[in-house]
Amino acid sequence: MADPTPLEDFVIQTPESVATAEAGMHTLASPGAGLGLSGADTYGLSGEARPQWRIVLGRFSHQRLGMIGLCVFLLLGISSIIVGHFWHYSFTTITNNLNDPPSWTNPFGTNSIGNDMFAQVMAGVEKDIEIALTVAAMATLIGVTVGAIAGFYRGWVDSLLMRFVDLVLVLPVLAVLIVLANKLSKESDNWLGLAIIIGLLSWTYVARLVRADFLSLRERDFVEASRALGATNRRIIVKHMLPNAVGPIIVNATLTVALSIIFESTLSFLGLGVQPPNVSLGLLIDQGQDSATTEWWLFVFPVAFLIILILSIFLIGDGLREAFDPKKSRVRA
Amino acid sequence: MTEPALQVERLEVDFPTKDGVVHAVRGVDLSLAPGEVLGIVGESGSGKSVTALATMGLLPKGAQVRGSILFDGTDLLTLKEKQLTRVRGTGIAMIFQDPMTALNPVYTIGWQITEAILAHQDISKEAAMARAIELLATVGIPNPAERVDNYPHEFSGGMRQRAVIAIAMANDPEVILADEPTTALDVTVQAQVLNSLKAAMAETGAALLLITHDLGVIAGLADRVLVMYAGRPVEIGTAEDVFYRPSMPYTLGLLGSLPRLDGDGSDRLRQIPGSPPSMLGDRTGCPFAPRCPLATDLCRETEPELVVVPSVSSALGEHRAACHFAEAVGRGDHGVVFSDGVVDNVIV
Repeated sequence: MADPTPLEDFVIQTPESVATAEAGMHTLASPGAGLGLSGADTYGLSGEARPQWRIVLGRFSHQRLGMIGLCVFLLLGISSIIVGHFWHYSFTTITNNLNDPPSWTNPFGTNSIGNDMFAQVMAGVEKDIEIALTVAAMATLIGVTVGAIAGFYRGWVDSLLMRFVDLVLVLPVLAVLIVLANKLSKESDNWLGLAIIIGLLSWTYVARLVRADFLSLRERDFVEASRALGATNRRIIVKHMLPNAVGPIIVNATLTVALSIIFESTLSFLGLGVQPPNVSLGLLIDQGQDSATTEWWLFVFPVAFLIILILSIFLIGDGLREAFDPKKSRVRA
Repeated sequence: MTEPALQVERLEVDFPTKDGVVHAVRGVDLSLAPGEVLGIVGESGSGKSVTALATMGLLPKGAQVRGSILFDGTDLLTLKEKQLTRVRGTGIAMIFQDPMTALNPVYTIGWQITEAILAHQDISKEAAMARAIELLATVGIPNPAERVDNYPHEFSGGMRQRAVIAIAMANDPEVILADEPTTALDVTVQAQVLNSLKAAMAETGAALLLITHDLGVIAGLADRVLVMYAGRPVEIGTAEDVFYRPSMPYTLGLLGSLPRLDGDGSDRLRQIPGSPPSMLGDRTGCPFAPRCPLATDLCRETEPELVVVPSVSSALGEHRAACHFAEAVGRGDHGVVFSDGVVDNVIV
């Protein structure tokens, strides 16, 4: 073996001296631990478990507008049920008072065939909420499933699902609703079918949202860590990733509630939604529009309640968005 | 000799990219005896982490892996994802570098430990929680019964890494892979974490594959050391061999680039000039040659094999190095010091 070319910057350095330096670091690195261990407690926070939902609810309770929205929404929902059961008129009761203006017996007046408008409006609110909650539950379920699978598996699964989302998205929603609702409008108790149709068309936004969230979540270390611990894909998706995406999902579900009420009202207004004898706010507005200038109570009350209902839901959505956003609100409830 | 807990043979990992194939790992052989600590050191990009990820089957889909990884009598590389899931956690567990991100922010520490337990064991939630508290106590978390209900953001960095260690030992694995477990932590906290690692090993009897670029950590913990450069082991031996009789210029360079606590403080830090080679495409000769003060034409033409070299305490294992001048380097014939010229002139 040839001797390597001597270089000028060769300096003799014994391995021992290096090792001493090492040993120095080592002694520093192990027995000192006891010192740190006891110290950790002093800056540690006292341990009381605060589940995520309680943190969010705590933050939400500090949102004035959100709380107003929630109160109004609950008030409307509960009173619509109470009125349905305990008010002295049912929304189907026909009285002898035709086209009466608001009075003590009929606070919202009566319509041309003698129905009590208060009972009718509250029944409309109840039906609208029923439809909207069904739609939101459906849209969220489908959207989250599709979005989570697409975002988690990527590749061709993602492409396929997202092209399908695009397909649903480019359908002119109103036209489809009109075509499908037309079939449904033949049956009288059709509100569930209507809700399902709206639900089937409004999950795309949630799907894209969840997919985007999952695409970034799947790169996070804790996902890899749980895989390294032997968690199956399903377990990772359901138990580790979904809870991290729950904020946007809930906020979006709230907005879906509001949007589906608008959709339903549009359809009912066009005569394609809820059919008599069932009532919805859209249907009432449709029936009252001709007499808006003469028997104003037939038109104004349903419109006002529709606006209040939707506004309250939007306020809840905004409040939830703030409550879920870790950067915006520093309130520790 | 007992059956090794983990045996990696001729492991090669390639990543096809649009610029060509990246040879991230080019032939790693290692065996890990039960209860042993093997440290892997090397610069960023030397293939340390890729080796660990390949062992867990966690490499991205495009990676091409060859060789064999024997664990418990089976070659992990031939297993399907579903079978690998059973090995992960119970057979081989992994500790990740950054405890800030390796824990799920929306769950309590206790939930995450019990989740790891319940993924593999069929026991009640209460029993799993009791075990979680026990594990936290083992890794040295004060007040484990209360702390178990904390969220990761309520833990300090060192405590989080200890919680990660607790999760890794939850299913009593035979091998723990720790990928730079102390890199993201400051020095005093590192000591606590290393102690927790020792406690974890003592309790589970697991072998530890400790990946780090911190030689201090290696010196404190490792029985044997594997030095990697450019995707290959360039020196392997007992900690004594590698620290007292380094036989490869790169190892010398690594040791020389550490701050000295026994000097008078006037020395500048020595660095290895240049940067690690690109792992793209094929190459001839020793990958370290461009940065090596000893390099000759021989080095630039043929890549040295990993050959047996004399060891400090020959009884313990084998000491191997991949250098044409390994014996001379090991004898200390040439005290190799790297300099980039400028720094050397400043030293008085």
